[in-house]
Amino acid sequence: MKIMVAVKRVVDYAVKIRVKPDKSGVETQNVKMSMNPFCEIALEEALRIKEAGLAKEVVAVSMGLANCVDTLRTSLAMGADRGIHVEAARELIPLTVAKILKKLVGVENPGLLILGKQAIDDDCNQTGQMIAGLLGWPQGTFASKVVLDKEKQVVTVDREVDGGLETLCLDLPAVITTDLRLNQPRYATLPNIMKAKSKPIKKYTPEELNVEIKSDLEVVQVTEPPKRKAGVILSSVDELIDKLRNEAHVI
Amino acid sequence: MEKLRATSNLRRSLKSLLNRRLSSGSDFTHFNQKRSFQTSFNWIRDYKSVGEVNAVQYRYFSSVSTLVQRNPSFSTLNSDDISYFKGLLGEKNVIQDEDRLETVNTDWMHKYKGSSKLLLQPRSTEEVSQILRYCNSRCLAVVPQAGNTGLVGGSVPVFDEVIVNVGSMNNIISFDKVSGILVCEAGCILENLISFLDNQGFVMPLDLGAKGSCQIGGNVSTNAGGLRLVRYGSLHGNVLGLEAVLANGDVLDMLGTLRKDNTGYDLKHLFIGSEGSLGIVTKVSILTPPKLSSVNLAFLACKDYSSCQKLLVEAKRKLGEILSAIEFLDDQAMVLVLHHLDGVRNPLPTSMHNFYVLIETIGSDDSFDREKLEAFLLSSMEGGLISDGVLAQDINQLSSFWRIREGVPEALMKAGAVYKYDLSLPVEKMYNLVNDMRVRLGNLAKVVGYGHLGDGNLHLNISAPQYDDAILEQIEPYVYEWTYKHRGSISAEHGLGLMKANKIYYSKTPETVQIMASIKTLLDPNGILNPYKVLPHSINP
Repeated sequence: MKIMVAVKRVVDYAVKIRVKPDKSGVETQNVKMSMNPFCEIALEEALRIKEAGLAKEVVAVSMGLANCVDTLRTSLAMGADRGIHVEAARELIPLTVAKILKKLVGVENPGLLILGKQAIDDDCNQTGQMIAGLLGWPQGTFASKVVLDKEKQVVTVDREVDGGLETLCLDLPAVITTDLRLNQPRYATLPNIMKAKSKPIKKYTPEELNVEIKSDLEVVQVTEPPKRKAGVILSSVDELIDKLRNEAHVI
Repeated sequence: MEKLRATSNLRRSLKSLLNRRLSSGSDFTHFNQKRSFQTSFNWIRDYKSVGEVNAVQYRYFSSVSTLVQRNPSFSTLNSDDISYFKGLLGEKNVIQDEDRLETVNTDWMHKYKGSSKLLLQPRSTEEVSQILRYCNSRCLAVVPQAGNTGLVGGSVPVFDEVIVNVGSMNNIISFDKVSGILVCEAGCILENLISFLDNQGFVMPLDLGAKGSCQIGGNVSTNAGGLRLVRYGSLHGNVLGLEAVLANGDVLDMLGTLRKDNTGYDLKHLFIGSEGSLGIVTKVSILTPPKLSSVNLAFLACKDYSSCQKLLVEAKRKLGEILSAIEFLDDQAMVLVLHHLDGVRNPLPTSMHNFYVLIETIGSDDSFDREKLEAFLLSSMEGGLISDGVLAQDINQLSSFWRIREGVPEALMKAGAVYKYDLSLPVEKMYNLVNDMRVRLGNLAKVVGYGHLGDGNLHLNISAPQYDDAILEQIEPYVYEWTYKHRGSISAEHGLGLMKANKIYYSKTPETVQIMASIKTLLDPNGILNPYKVLPHSINP
């Protein structure tokens, strides 16, 4: 069985985000970029399933500009067997990503599609759900535990939901999106980094896959949240009452 | 019983030092030599006759160097002094509360404890100046204190010295975005300066594990080294100017912000590394390098020390200008860290290796740096220098790898008693000392070696469940003599403080020390600034 994992190149989670002066977006020049943490977890889960002997191959997919290849190289260094890079000139919205993934699923025929639950740059949390809808596959989102039963061709997923944990049993092929507590991703070891250099990365364009890149959404403005105002130290209870009444209007 | 044993240690070590010096002949003027040691010997005889007195402060772990008597020429605090300080600084900044005094009287390692009754927190250079002028006139001893993260007992009182803590002077005065010159007060915490500079696109030229607590005034006064010395050099090169207050209250304004200024003797260098014994640093002007975007960190395993050494040579050659840090730790250090620290993960879990090396690169072009680093790592691996390794893929992984190296001192503290030594040695010989100590100590204690491979700086730590004289006997003076034989330094970056004040002769000649004493007398005639530290007790007033 093949497992396909979608990974996204995003601004590193530990970087302090700055909004561009023209408010059109977030500063990404000269800023450290890395693999989306949830995608790392997805990849790690795929690798563990393969190491357990339940899958033959792990294919990592990324979409975007040429520098996506860095993220694919990291995936290969962690242990993925092959990479696929879909070149796109600009940011893709989740629906477009889902449409492209559908075409790739048609080419590769994986038994399992694992994604991170959301990307930390847009926080959309949509791609996994959309691709499951487009493919008509069952979905186990916010997975905190994944157990694959190869014989019965089902996967049991524990989901983290508001009320607690929900356990679902999905027929394969299925879509899983991963949550934080699923696993701790491995480090890229030197021997694997060296091996990764010779692993293939296949390039596609959206045209080849017959997917039209059009965005139904337009980013109008990006602003920082209002800065928290400094507190004021008051000198007496009277002053407090005065402020509560006349400034905050709460009494 | 222990006191007498410690005395005989003292006599034995001084005797061996004396014999060696005399027999080696040529360098030393025998007359001066004999005289200074004569004084020490008299002191020992006097000590024996003095016997049990409140004047002798006994330390927890009975190091030879810590047998000290309170200098009777220093006054004791009285209520007039307190009133004066309260009038000068305000009630809030004059602290006599026992709980607060407890923390400032004890050093970070909980090895040294003073009995000061007064903590002062000045908010400006003028206040520092008034404090010192007054203390000088009253002959009250003073301990300048910043972050209190020092490791040689230099930041806490020995007896009842008044503690002057600069922590309230934490303003950033100015920052020039073009030249990168930062001017700030001595009480600024290093980590806060790093965050401030981060917003401006610059970095501090020094970085150490204590950054969350240490203050720049203390860093400068101790000439702190840290993790990036191999890239940015020492504080002597990066500090462009400083403002210090002398013992008599005079403010010495040397707060230049010029890259080049050859006008007269460059006095600021005296204060850098003087550990607060020549003046209190109140403001610092420091050159900060621009923040480069590409940081890469490799955590590597080597099978023996000679591989580490060859790796260092290769790294300097192949990585060249992008190399920013190269550190090592041995398997003992790794075991301690994994055992005692929370949330630490072994990057190379498949097997325990003998040595771990961290190599960091900082440059301006990520793909170029990565290529260079990967090529270097590949060739080192093929050449058998590295047996395994991982490369950090994001900032989170980078911090986790650094946590391992930076967390060793903390892990050692949690493991029990630590005998800590900081030595500069020729890189090829560095680890031989660790092996020798292992043989000497056998089962008595665990010997841990780690440090700044790039600077030839070994942090030798001996860890035991409790402090024990039997262990100390095996360590001192052997470690110091070993270092002396290899022309190393008995204190690479930690300074002398109280711990090594009497050991200075292992690394400096008596003539040099004599001149240091003269300078001390010139700048602090009453000897009120950080007494009993840095210089040997035999010549320290």
